[in-house]
Amino acid sequence: MATHATPAMNFEPGRNPGVTIPQVDPTTFYDAKGEHHPEGSTMLGFWLYLMSDCLIFAALFATYAVVGRNYAAGPSPKDLFDLPLVALNTSMLLFSSITYGFAMLEMEKGDLSRVQIWLAVTGLFGLAFVGLELYEFHHLIHEGATPQRSAFLSAFFTLVGTHGLHVSLGIVWLVTLMAQVHKRGLVPENKRRLLCLSMFWHFLDVIWIGVFTFVYLMGVLQ
Amino acid sequence: MSAASKAGHVERGHVDHGHGHGHGHADAGSHGSFKDYMTGFVLSVILTAIPFILVMGNILGNDRITGIVIMGFAVAQIVVHMIYFLHMNTKSEGGWTILALIFTLTLVIITLAGSLWVMYHLNTNMMPQHMHMG
Repeated sequence: MATHATPAMNFEPGRNPGVTIPQVDPTTFYDAKGEHHPEGSTMLGFWLYLMSDCLIFAALFATYAVVGRNYAAGPSPKDLFDLPLVALNTSMLLFSSITYGFAMLEMEKGDLSRVQIWLAVTGLFGLAFVGLELYEFHHLIHEGATPQRSAFLSAFFTLVGTHGLHVSLGIVWLVTLMAQVHKRGLVPENKRRLLCLSMFWHFLDVIWIGVFTFVYLMGVLQ
Repeated sequence: MSAASKAGHVERGHVDHGHGHGHGHADAGSHGSFKDYMTGFVLSVILTAIPFILVMGNILGNDRITGIVIMGFAVAQIVVHMIYFLHMNTKSEGGWTILALIFTLTLVIITLAGSLWVMYHLNTNMMPQHMHMG
């Protein structure tokens, strides 16, 4: 990768005083063809991570699709799912998506305090989402619909739980970035991190569209 | 690789005069405007509300048709999110994001359709009544 930088890396001070060392900008690196790679490749790399995450969810959706009707004489989605609660949950996530969008717009303008306010609002909507989901899980387990009850419930808890875990970790990430922005301001590094989290957050909303349609709505239909 | 990256050069040649692909796109292509976000939000609310109303009110009266319709709404909403929230377009990162997305979607469709197809036939063929018939 960094073939152009090797002369500088082998240089030992005092050994070859006559040799002039080409000044290599330490932040610049080149690929095998000598093409300059801008810092923006972080976004592409993060996008590729999201795509690999998408494959994890695809596997979990496929599992749910295959075993989602194996109730083992236990409760079916129709008995368990509370659609008004799911609708409320969905709106929480949707609101958090738009408020994160507002944070990004304020970041463009460079308004630090408004970025923090919108990030905080996003975090609260995220917490509401996770809270409602935990309430739902608690309610289900209380009714005896535990993950061990049937293949349907195992697949359900794995799929929805994995999504909830992603949102929870997204909230941890959000709080971390709020601390970073508070400490260092809207420096380019923080802007890049906020953009990555923005993609992560919107991506989770996209996954949730699949969850509420495929698991909850379709589940109640059958 | 080379064809696609050349395409990237051509696309953004007018932006940064060809000194490196993808240069400066983080400031150019990856944000939306207030109008973009609001359009996406309003469309998302509509595309979320309709499936919930259809299922909770049993408007169409047929589960099978309702299922197909709400799947259509989900696909439409995913596209809306991709465009207005994730700011996907064919030009970002010189086309690499859309290429990765298409590749991933291909794998997702193979995973979902393949699992359902194989397991459906497995279930059908493993039914007890088929054992003595075949």
